[in-house]
Amino acid sequence: MKNKINMYTRFERLWHWLQAFLIISLAITGFELHGNYRVFGFEQAHILHIQAAWSLLILSAFAVFWHMTTGQWRQYIPTFKNFDKILYHYLVGIFFNEPHPYEKTPEAKLNPLQRLSYLALKVFILPLLILSGLAYFFYNQLPGLGISIGLRPLALVHTAGAFLMLLFLVVHVYMTTTGGTVWSYTWAMVTGWEEVEEKE
Amino acid sequence: MCHERSGAYKKFPTDCGHPAYTEKNFGGKAFAPVDLNTVAKSVGKPELRNCGVCHFYGGGDDGVKHGDLDSTLLSADRELDIHMSKDGAGLDCASCHTTVNHEIAGRYYTEPAQMERCLALPKDYCNRMSCESCHGARPHVENAKLNDHTDKVSCQACHIPTFSRGGKSTLMWWDWSKAGNHADDGKMIVKKDPDGRPTYHTMKGEMRWEKDVTPVYAWYNGGMEYVTLNDTFSPDEPVRINRPEGGYEDASARIFPFKYFQGRQVYDAQANRLVVTKLFGPKGSGAYWSDYDWQKSVEVGMAGNGDFSGEIGFVDTAMYWPITHMVAPKEDSLQCAACHVRNGRLASLSGFYMPGRDRAGWLDMTGWSLVVLSILGVAAHGLGRVLFPFLRRKRDEE
Repeated sequence: MKNKINMYTRFERLWHWLQAFLIISLAITGFELHGNYRVFGFEQAHILHIQAAWSLLILSAFAVFWHMTTGQWRQYIPTFKNFDKILYHYLVGIFFNEPHPYEKTPEAKLNPLQRLSYLALKVFILPLLILSGLAYFFYNQLPGLGISIGLRPLALVHTAGAFLMLLFLVVHVYMTTTGGTVWSYTWAMVTGWEEVEEKE
Repeated sequence: MCHERSGAYKKFPTDCGHPAYTEKNFGGKAFAPVDLNTVAKSVGKPELRNCGVCHFYGGGDDGVKHGDLDSTLLSADRELDIHMSKDGAGLDCASCHTTVNHEIAGRYYTEPAQMERCLALPKDYCNRMSCESCHGARPHVENAKLNDHTDKVSCQACHIPTFSRGGKSTLMWWDWSKAGNHADDGKMIVKKDPDGRPTYHTMKGEMRWEKDVTPVYAWYNGGMEYVTLNDTFSPDEPVRINRPEGGYEDASARIFPFKYFQGRQVYDAQANRLVVTKLFGPKGSGAYWSDYDWQKSVEVGMAGNGDFSGEIGFVDTAMYWPITHMVAPKEDSLQCAACHVRNGRLASLSGFYMPGRDRAGWLDMTGWSLVVLSILGVAAHGLGRVLFPFLRRKRDEE
């Protein structure tokens, strides 16, 4: 039997899509600044990149506040319980139309694999990009803060972070197609309502 | 000369700075005697023309030497020179080249130009020779990130996109080794380009002229290193007769635009040194322009000027001429991508990381490989999700 559950709150959805838009904007402008192609022109790309970066920082401040005050940060506490079952599902079961082994609830909406990958995103990839990005932007002010680092290592760390984010994006976007239908997970993130298989 | 404002004062070409006091001829041109009374009565504050009559004509003709200084500045529009144009700031040379005790701010052969970051207001009696004297070190308002460039990039580098923009060409290449050819009738050969500039002259050799020239860029802290008659060099590469000093690590150095002037000239082929040549003099004196014999001209030129091995040759030489005038209006300044691009204007400067130009090949290779692999991976996974159920259905049907 299927049950419709309000899985994502309004703030979560707003946060998710704004963040998606900003991260994709940062990637498009960032790789243009890196010299990979020409879309906006260097100056415009730079202005957009900085605007998107500040916007993402402000949005992240709201998101951190939301996670802390609502206790939603607990969603990301890593666990290896049933980790093997999730892995088995994506590597084998999914090809045999087996149902997803994880029972998703608003209180624990992330399966062990998601917990790990989103935690990595939040405590490693994003901070790496934000910190190296801030240092990059305020490079001329660093000596005044007593920080001595070359532009090259900063730029390389920022570039590496961007590649990690791009990898996350590719896999993340693909995973959204693994629901009941290709669009069902995406649609759930739009409306907040998700159809969940109810266990006996 | 410097202060006369009548326009009547003219020096006679070969009288060591004296004007014609009586009617005289040179090169088919008549020089009327100068009325020194009128000239003396016209003395006043120097305007563009006063400085320009000499400094626009360095090298014997209009715009030959500098590239950023020629007579087109006298009637410059905003696009040619925002400072000197009457439609721009309408400044004179002396607005920036201020004097203290009649010593004019500028750069000399060994002294750096005044490049300290000092502010000077019009009322101040001091050297006002740098852009920052008036504009400050953070002059960009609309895009403040540009101000982060001023510690490494000179104002001139971006705000003078090209030089010799006024329509006058400047000399870029001078091959002395081709000089001395005469026509069959013994007359001198003179070939000219459409602008009337000599591309070949028996007395001087081969020359190349350019307009609207893109500068070359080098680190420059205001000091120059010179190859003198005492210095030896390797003749296998162009001898840089002067070389801007400074580098990325030098806090007082900036990336600066230069006219990179190249040539080929006679040198001491055994000692690998520059030589003095005697060019001007009567026939039989050894002067090149009379006898057309390089060997003799160097022997005479070097007499009393140091050692000469006796063996001459021709060597490629180059000179850096700092470009600092012909500042364009801000809308014409260089855009970011002129330099922040794989093979831009600063491609040859090394030792620092520049966004858009530089990358670590191994990092990009690893990054893009992983991205492509992940895309292939999820594509294969997706294909499996479509293909497996399909194959199973087919098998069940059979």
